[in-house]
Amino acid sequence: MKQTPSQTVGPYFAYGLTPEQYLYDFRSLADNKMVSFTDHPEAIQIEGQVFDGQGNVIPDAMLEIWLKDSENGLFGRFGTGTETGNKFVFHTLKPKPFANEAPFLSVILFMRGQLIHSYTRIYFEDEQALNAKDEVLNSIPAERRNTLIAQKTKYGYRFDIHMQGDQETVFFDI
Amino acid sequence: MSDIIYNKFDWEVQPPHLHPDYKSTVFRAPTKPLIALKQSLAELSGPVFGDFNLGPLDHDLSKNSIVNGEPLGERIVVHGKVMNENGQSIPNTLIEIWQANSCGRYVHKVDQHDAPLDPNFLGAGRCMTDSEGNYKFYTIKPGAYPWGNHYNAWRPNHIHFSLFGANITNRLVTQMYFPGDPLLQYDPIFLGVPPKGRELLISKFDLSITEDNFALGYRFDFVLRGNNATPFENI
Ligand SMILES: [Fe+2]
Repeated sequence: MKQTPSQTVGPYFAYGLTPEQYLYDFRSLADNKMVSFTDHPEAIQIEGQVFDGQGNVIPDAMLEIWLKDSENGLFGRFGTGTETGNKFVFHTLKPKPFANEAPFLSVILFMRGQLIHSYTRIYFEDEQALNAKDEVLNSIPAERRNTLIAQKTKYGYRFDIHMQGDQETVFFDI
Repeated sequence: MSDIIYNKFDWEVQPPHLHPDYKSTVFRAPTKPLIALKQSLAELSGPVFGDFNLGPLDHDLSKNSIVNGEPLGERIVVHGKVMNENGQSIPNTLIEIWQANSCGRYVHKVDQHDAPLDPNFLGAGRCMTDSEGNYKFYTIKPGAYPWGNHYNAWRPNHIHFSLFGANITNRLVTQMYFPGDPLLQYDPIFLGVPPKGRELLISKFDLSITEDNFALGYRFDFVLRGNNATPFENI
Protein backbone atom coordinates (compact mmCIF):
# COMPACT_ATOMS: atom_id res chain seq x y z
CA MET A 1 0.00 0.00 0.00
CA LYS A 2 1.17 3.52 -0.75
CA GLN A 3 1.59 6.15 1.99
CA THR A 4 -1.07 8.83 2.19
CA PRO A 5 0.65 11.97 0.90
CA SER A 6 1.23 14.83 3.31
CA GLN A 7 -0.38 18.25 2.82
CA THR A 8 0.38 21.51 4.58
CA VAL A 9 -1.06 22.23 8.02
CA GLY A 10 -2.00 25.62 6.47
CA PRO A 11 -2.52 28.91 8.28
CA TYR A 12 -5.74 27.95 10.09
CA PHE A 13 -4.76 24.99 12.27
CA ALA A 14 -5.03 26.79 15.61
CA TYR A 15 -8.67 26.18 16.54
CA GLY A 16 -8.31 22.48 15.74
CA LEU A 17 -4.85 21.62 17.07
CA THR A 18 -3.97 24.28 19.67
CA PRO A 19 -7.42 25.69 20.53
CA GLU A 20 -6.93 26.69 24.17
CA GLN A 21 -3.63 28.44 23.45
CA TYR A 22 -5.42 30.60 20.85
CA LEU A 23 -8.52 31.07 23.05
CA TYR A 24 -10.97 29.00 21.02
CA ASP A 25 -13.81 27.18 22.73
CA PHE A 26 -12.51 23.63 22.21
CA ARG A 27 -10.41 21.55 24.56
CA SER A 28 -6.71 21.08 23.74
CA LEU A 29 -5.30 17.56 23.90
CA ALA A 30 -1.75 18.86 24.27
CA ASP A 31 -0.08 22.14 25.19
CA ASN A 32 3.37 23.51 25.98
CA LYS A 33 3.39 22.52 29.64
CA MET A 34 4.85 19.07 29.24
CA VAL A 35 5.48 19.20 32.99
CA SER A 36 4.66 21.80 35.62
CA PHE A 37 7.30 23.61 37.60
CA THR A 38 5.26 22.94 40.74
CA ASP A 39 5.53 19.16 40.37
CA HIS A 40 9.02 19.29 38.89
CA PRO A 41 11.27 21.99 40.31
CA GLU A 42 13.99 20.65 37.99
CA ALA A 43 11.87 21.47 34.90
CA ILE A 44 13.37 23.68 32.21
CA GLN A 45 11.96 26.30 29.87
CA ILE A 46 12.94 26.29 26.20
CA GLU A 47 12.03 29.18 23.97
CA GLY A 48 12.89 30.36 20.51
CA GLN A 49 11.68 31.65 17.19
CA VAL A 50 11.35 30.16 13.73
CA PHE A 51 12.86 32.20 10.86
CA ASP A 52 12.19 32.00 7.14
CA GLY A 53 14.74 32.44 4.36
CA GLN A 54 14.37 36.22 4.45
CA GLY A 55 15.10 36.42 8.16
CA ASN A 56 11.47 37.07 9.08
CA VAL A 57 10.00 35.43 12.16
CA ILE A 58 7.34 32.89 11.19
CA PRO A 59 4.10 33.65 13.06
CA ASP A 60 2.11 30.59 11.98
CA ALA A 61 4.33 27.60 12.68
CA MET A 62 3.41 24.76 15.02
CA LEU A 63 6.01 22.78 16.95
CA GLU A 64 5.61 19.43 18.59
CA ILE A 65 8.17 18.18 21.07
CA TRP A 66 8.59 14.55 22.07
CA LEU A 67 10.75 13.54 25.01
CA LYS A 68 11.47 9.85 25.44
CA ASP A 69 13.89 8.59 28.06
CA SER A 70 14.08 5.69 30.48
CA GLU A 71 11.50 7.32 32.75
CA ASN A 72 9.20 9.49 30.68
CA GLY A 73 7.36 9.96 27.43
CA LEU A 74 6.28 13.58 27.31
CA PHE A 75 4.55 15.38 24.46
CA GLY A 76 4.07 19.10 23.89
CA ARG A 77 2.55 21.23 21.16
CA PHE A 78 2.59 25.00 20.64
CA GLY A 79 1.89 27.49 17.86
CA THR A 80 3.99 30.60 17.24
CA GLY A 81 0.97 32.90 16.95
CA THR A 82 0.33 34.01 20.52
CA GLU A 83 3.56 35.00 22.33
CA THR A 84 5.25 38.37 21.89
CA GLY A 85 7.84 38.13 19.14
CA ASN A 86 6.01 35.03 17.87
CA LYS A 87 8.10 32.89 20.16
CA PHE A 88 7.46 29.31 21.09
CA VAL A 89 7.86 28.33 24.73
CA PHE A 90 7.89 24.85 26.27
CA HIS A 91 8.18 23.66 29.85
CA THR A 92 9.78 20.25 29.88
CA LEU A 93 12.38 18.12 31.57
CA LYS A 94 15.89 17.59 30.43
CA PRO A 95 15.85 13.99 29.20
CA LYS A 96 17.94 11.40 31.02
CA PRO A 97 20.76 10.39 28.70
CA PHE A 98 21.10 6.80 27.55
CA ALA A 99 24.60 5.34 27.61
CA ASN A 100 26.98 7.27 25.37
CA GLU A 101 24.16 9.32 23.92
CA ALA A 102 23.72 13.04 24.50
CA PRO A 103 20.25 13.96 25.80
CA PHE A 104 17.91 15.49 23.22
CA LEU A 105 14.31 16.36 22.48
CA SER A 106 12.67 15.41 19.17
CA VAL A 107 10.98 18.27 17.30
CA ILE A 108 8.33 18.00 14.59
CA LEU A 109 7.74 21.25 12.76
CA PHE A 110 4.67 22.22 10.74
CA MET A 111 3.75 25.43 8.95
CA ARG A 112 2.00 27.00 6.01
CA GLY A 113 4.51 26.71 3.17
CA GLN A 114 5.60 23.23 4.20
CA LEU A 115 3.81 20.55 2.21
CA ILE A 116 5.43 18.02 4.51
CA HIS A 117 6.63 18.40 8.09
CA SER A 118 10.27 18.58 9.19
CA TYR A 119 12.08 16.73 11.95
CA THR A 120 14.89 18.17 14.03
CA ARG A 121 16.36 17.70 17.52
CA ILE A 122 17.23 19.95 20.43
CA TYR A 123 20.52 19.17 22.21
CA PHE A 124 21.85 21.13 25.19
CA GLU A 125 24.83 23.46 25.40
CA ASP A 126 25.72 22.38 28.94
CA GLU A 127 26.19 18.71 27.98
CA GLN A 128 29.54 19.24 26.31
CA ALA A 129 31.11 15.95 27.28
CA LEU A 130 28.18 13.85 26.00
CA ASN A 131 27.66 16.06 22.95
CA ALA A 132 31.32 15.64 21.98
CA LYS A 133 31.06 11.87 21.70
CA ASP A 134 27.47 11.63 20.45
CA GLU A 135 27.15 9.53 17.32
CA VAL A 136 24.35 11.59 15.76
CA LEU A 137 25.98 14.96 16.42
CA ASN A 138 29.25 13.63 15.04
CA SER A 139 27.51 12.51 11.86
CA ILE A 140 26.69 16.15 11.11
CA PRO A 141 29.24 18.44 9.44
CA ALA A 142 30.98 20.37 12.24
CA GLU A 143 29.92 23.78 10.96
CA ARG A 144 26.22 22.84 11.14
CA ARG A 145 26.27 20.96 14.44
CA ASN A 146 25.60 23.99 16.62
CA THR A 147 22.24 24.61 14.87
CA LEU A 148 20.94 21.75 17.03
CA ILE A 149 22.28 22.99 20.35
CA ALA A 150 20.07 25.03 22.65
CA GLN A 151 21.96 27.86 24.35
CA LYS A 152 21.72 28.35 28.09
CA THR A 153 20.12 31.64 29.12
CA LYS A 154 19.03 33.28 32.35
CA TYR A 155 15.58 31.72 31.94
CA GLY A 156 16.42 28.29 30.62
CA TYR A 157 17.38 27.54 27.04
CA ARG A 158 17.10 29.32 23.73
CA PHE A 159 16.68 27.36 20.50
CA ASP A 160 16.01 29.19 17.23
CA ILE A 161 15.09 27.40 14.03
CA HIS A 162 16.23 28.74 10.66
CA MET A 163 14.51 27.22 7.66
CA GLN A 164 17.17 28.52 5.26
CA GLY A 165 20.36 30.59 5.08
CA ASP A 166 23.84 30.39 6.64
CA GLN A 167 22.41 29.17 9.92
CA GLU A 168 19.92 26.73 8.38
CA THR A 169 18.90 24.23 11.04
CA VAL A 170 19.77 20.60 10.46
CA PHE A 171 16.65 18.62 9.56
CA PHE A 172 16.64 14.85 9.66
CA ASP A 173 15.52 12.17 7.29
CA ILE A 174 14.00 9.65 9.68
CA MET B 1 16.10 -3.09 21.57
CA SER B 2 14.11 -4.57 18.71
CA ASP B 3 15.39 -4.10 15.22
CA ILE B 4 12.17 -2.91 13.66
CA ILE B 5 12.87 -0.08 11.27
CA TYR B 6 10.07 2.09 9.95
CA ASN B 7 10.02 3.03 6.29
CA LYS B 8 11.01 6.55 5.34
CA PHE B 9 8.91 9.03 3.40
CA ASP B 10 8.02 7.55 0.02
CA TRP B 11 8.99 10.37 -2.34
CA GLU B 12 7.10 8.66 -5.16
CA VAL B 13 3.92 9.94 -3.52
CA GLN B 14 5.04 12.53 -0.94
CA PRO B 15 5.31 16.21 -1.93
CA PRO B 16 8.74 17.86 -1.93
CA HIS B 17 9.63 20.61 0.53
CA LEU B 18 10.12 23.11 -2.27
CA HIS B 19 7.26 23.51 -4.75
CA PRO B 20 7.55 27.05 -6.16
CA ASP B 21 3.99 27.14 -7.56
CA TYR B 22 2.96 27.14 -3.89
CA LYS B 23 4.70 30.41 -3.16
CA SER B 24 5.03 30.11 0.61
CA THR B 25 7.38 27.14 0.15
CA VAL B 26 10.05 29.35 -1.44
CA PHE B 27 11.38 30.85 1.80
CA ARG B 28 10.22 28.09 4.13
CA ALA B 29 11.57 24.92 2.54
CA PRO B 30 14.88 23.59 3.89
CA THR B 31 17.55 23.98 1.19
CA LYS B 32 20.30 21.73 2.54
CA PRO B 33 20.11 17.96 2.28
CA LEU B 34 18.35 16.21 5.16
CA ILE B 35 20.70 14.28 7.43
CA ALA B 36 20.00 10.55 7.64
CA LEU B 37 19.19 9.47 11.17
CA LYS B 38 19.26 5.98 12.58
CA GLN B 39 15.90 5.47 14.30
CA SER B 40 16.35 5.31 18.06
CA LEU B 41 13.88 4.80 20.90
CA ALA B 42 12.79 8.43 20.50
CA GLU B 43 11.71 7.87 16.90
CA LEU B 44 10.19 4.46 17.64
CA SER B 45 7.84 5.84 20.29
CA GLY B 46 5.30 8.63 20.43
CA PRO B 47 2.44 10.11 22.40
CA VAL B 48 -0.58 7.92 23.08
CA PHE B 49 -4.08 9.36 23.29
CA GLY B 50 -7.05 7.42 24.54
CA ASP B 51 -10.82 7.52 24.17
CA PHE B 52 -10.94 9.21 27.55
CA ASN B 53 -9.26 12.26 26.03
CA LEU B 54 -12.25 12.94 23.77
CA GLY B 55 -15.45 14.82 24.47
CA PRO B 56 -18.81 13.13 23.71
CA LEU B 57 -19.44 15.27 20.57
CA ASP B 58 -15.85 15.54 19.34
CA HIS B 59 -16.71 13.14 16.50
CA ASP B 60 -19.67 15.22 15.31
CA LEU B 61 -18.72 18.64 13.95
CA SER B 62 -22.33 19.17 12.89
CA LYS B 63 -23.35 19.16 16.56
CA ASN B 64 -20.36 20.04 18.71
CA SER B 65 -20.78 23.81 18.62
CA ILE B 66 -24.50 24.32 18.31
CA VAL B 67 -25.62 27.58 19.91
CA ASN B 68 -29.14 28.12 18.61
CA GLY B 69 -29.72 25.75 15.70
CA GLU B 70 -28.21 23.36 13.19
CA PRO B 71 -25.21 24.56 11.18
CA LEU B 72 -26.00 25.43 7.55
CA GLY B 73 -24.77 23.29 4.69
CA GLU B 74 -24.71 19.74 3.45
CA ARG B 75 -24.41 17.19 6.26
CA ILE B 76 -21.90 14.44 5.49
CA VAL B 77 -20.48 11.37 7.19
CA VAL B 78 -16.85 10.42 6.53
CA HIS B 79 -15.48 6.99 7.32
CA GLY B 80 -12.52 4.79 6.47
CA LYS B 81 -9.63 2.83 7.84
CA VAL B 82 -6.20 3.75 9.14
CA MET B 83 -3.58 1.26 8.01
CA ASN B 84 0.15 1.09 7.48
CA GLU B 85 2.03 0.27 4.28
CA ASN B 86 2.17 -3.38 5.36
CA GLY B 87 -1.64 -3.40 5.21
CA GLN B 88 -2.03 -3.76 8.98
CA SER B 89 -4.85 -1.76 10.51
CA ILE B 90 -3.98 0.79 13.20
CA PRO B 91 -6.43 0.51 16.10
CA ASN B 92 -7.13 3.13 18.78
CA THR B 93 -5.30 5.95 17.10
CA LEU B 94 -6.28 9.60 17.25
CA ILE B 95 -7.51 11.56 14.21
CA GLU B 96 -7.77 15.34 14.60
CA ILE B 97 -10.01 17.22 12.17
CA TRP B 98 -10.42 20.87 11.17
CA GLN B 99 -12.09 22.59 8.24
CA ALA B 100 -13.89 25.64 6.86
CA ASN B 101 -17.66 25.97 7.12
CA SER B 102 -20.05 25.39 4.20
CA CYS B 103 -19.35 28.92 2.91
CA GLY B 104 -15.58 28.42 2.86
CA ARG B 105 -14.88 30.46 5.98
CA TYR B 106 -12.64 29.39 8.86
CA VAL B 107 -13.34 30.40 12.43
CA HIS B 108 -9.62 31.27 12.69
CA LYS B 109 -9.13 34.97 13.46
CA VAL B 110 -6.59 35.32 10.64
CA ASP B 111 -9.13 34.25 7.98
CA GLN B 112 -10.41 37.45 6.36
CA HIS B 113 -12.42 35.85 3.53
CA ASP B 114 -15.63 37.81 3.07
CA ALA B 115 -17.99 34.88 3.61
CA PRO B 116 -20.22 34.43 6.64
CA LEU B 117 -19.26 32.65 9.81
CA ASP B 118 -21.82 30.16 11.06
CA PRO B 119 -22.66 30.71 14.73
CA ASN B 120 -23.41 26.99 15.04
CA PHE B 121 -20.25 25.63 13.46
CA LEU B 122 -16.69 25.65 14.79
CA GLY B 123 -15.15 23.22 12.31
CA ALA B 124 -12.93 21.31 14.75
CA GLY B 125 -13.32 17.74 15.93
CA ARG B 126 -11.55 14.44 16.48
CA CYS B 127 -12.17 10.73 16.67
CA MET B 128 -10.34 7.49 17.35
CA THR B 129 -10.08 4.39 15.24
CA ASP B 130 -11.76 1.30 16.69
CA SER B 131 -10.12 -2.06 17.34
CA GLU B 132 -10.09 -2.73 13.58
CA GLY B 133 -8.67 0.62 12.57
CA ASN B 134 -12.00 2.04 11.37
CA TYR B 135 -13.13 5.57 12.07
CA LYS B 136 -16.24 7.64 11.36
CA PHE B 137 -17.28 11.22 11.98
CA TYR B 138 -20.05 13.61 10.98
CA THR B 139 -19.60 17.12 9.65
CA ILE B 140 -20.81 19.71 7.15
CA LYS B 141 -19.24 19.67 3.69
CA PRO B 142 -16.67 22.50 3.65
CA GLY B 143 -16.87 25.20 0.99
CA ALA B 144 -14.12 26.35 -1.38
CA TYR B 145 -12.28 29.52 -0.45
CA PRO B 146 -9.96 32.03 -2.12
CA TRP B 147 -6.34 32.47 -1.04
CA GLY B 148 -3.56 34.85 -1.94
CA ASN B 149 -1.19 32.56 -3.80
CA HIS B 150 -1.96 34.00 -7.24
CA TYR B 151 -4.77 35.79 -9.09
CA ASN B 152 -8.08 33.95 -8.67
CA ALA B 153 -6.57 31.22 -6.52
CA TRP B 154 -9.24 29.03 -4.87
CA ARG B 155 -8.70 26.05 -2.62
CA PRO B 156 -10.81 23.02 -3.54
CA ASN B 157 -13.18 21.76 -0.83
CA HIS B 158 -11.07 19.94 1.74
CA ILE B 159 -10.92 18.66 5.29
CA HIS B 160 -7.65 18.88 7.27
CA PHE B 161 -6.45 15.87 9.26
CA SER B 162 -3.71 15.11 11.77
CA LEU B 163 -2.70 11.55 12.72
CA PHE B 164 -0.04 10.09 15.01
CA GLY B 165 0.08 6.34 14.34
CA ALA B 166 2.59 4.04 15.98
CA ASN B 167 5.40 6.54 16.64
CA ILE B 168 6.72 9.92 15.56
CA THR B 169 7.99 8.60 12.23
CA ASN B 170 4.31 7.89 11.41
CA ARG B 171 3.18 11.48 11.95
CA LEU B 172 0.85 12.63 9.19
CA VAL B 173 -0.87 15.95 8.54
CA THR B 174 -2.87 15.98 5.34
CA GLN B 175 -6.02 17.13 3.55
CA MET B 176 -8.87 15.10 2.09
CA TYR B 177 -10.53 16.28 -1.12
CA PHE B 178 -13.86 15.44 -2.76
CA PRO B 179 -14.42 13.51 -6.00
CA GLY B 180 -14.93 15.50 -9.19
CA ASP B 181 -13.85 18.86 -7.78
CA PRO B 182 -12.98 21.12 -10.76
CA LEU B 183 -10.60 23.19 -8.61
CA LEU B 184 -8.17 20.32 -8.02
CA GLN B 185 -6.46 20.78 -11.39
CA TYR B 186 -5.56 24.38 -10.46
CA ASP B 187 -4.54 23.93 -6.83
CA PRO B 188 -0.76 24.13 -6.27
CA ILE B 189 -1.06 22.50 -2.84
CA PHE B 190 -2.79 19.42 -4.26
CA LEU B 191 -0.54 19.48 -7.33
CA GLY B 192 2.52 19.59 -5.06
CA VAL B 193 1.92 15.86 -4.63
CA PRO B 194 3.51 13.76 -7.42
CA PRO B 195 0.93 12.45 -9.92
CA LYS B 196 1.14 8.95 -8.45
CA GLY B 197 -0.02 10.18 -5.04
CA ARG B 198 -2.84 12.55 -6.01
CA GLU B 199 -5.67 10.01 -6.25
CA LEU B 200 -4.85 8.93 -2.70
CA LEU B 201 -6.04 12.30 -1.41
CA ILE B 202 -9.48 12.18 -3.03
CA SER B 203 -12.28 10.63 -1.03
CA LYS B 204 -14.88 8.41 -2.69
CA PHE B 205 -18.60 8.90 -2.54
CA ASP B 206 -19.99 5.89 -0.67
CA LEU B 207 -23.68 5.04 -0.91
CA SER B 208 -23.24 2.20 1.59
CA ILE B 209 -22.41 4.65 4.40
CA THR B 210 -24.82 7.33 3.20
CA GLU B 211 -27.61 7.65 5.75
CA ASP B 212 -31.15 7.76 4.39
CA ASN B 213 -32.76 11.18 4.85
CA PHE B 214 -29.73 12.35 6.81
CA ALA B 215 -26.19 12.56 5.39
CA LEU B 216 -24.12 11.79 2.28
CA GLY B 217 -21.28 9.33 2.90
CA TYR B 218 -17.64 9.54 1.83
CA ARG B 219 -14.85 7.02 2.28
CA PHE B 220 -11.24 8.01 2.93
CA ASP B 221 -8.50 5.60 4.01
CA PHE B 222 -5.20 6.63 5.56
CA VAL B 223 -1.97 4.73 5.03
CA LEU B 224 0.84 5.49 7.48
CA ARG B 225 4.41 4.31 7.18
CA GLY B 226 5.03 0.60 7.44
CA ASN B 227 8.03 -1.27 8.82
CA ASN B 228 10.35 -4.13 8.01
CA ALA B 229 8.81 -6.58 10.49
CA THR B 230 7.77 -9.94 9.04
CA PRO B 231 3.97 -10.09 9.07
CA PHE B 232 2.67 -12.31 11.85
CA GLU B 233 1.33 -15.58 10.49
CA ASN B 234 -1.46 -17.52 12.12
CA ILE B 235 -0.44 -21.18 12.06
FE1 LIG C 1 -7.75 24.74 4.47
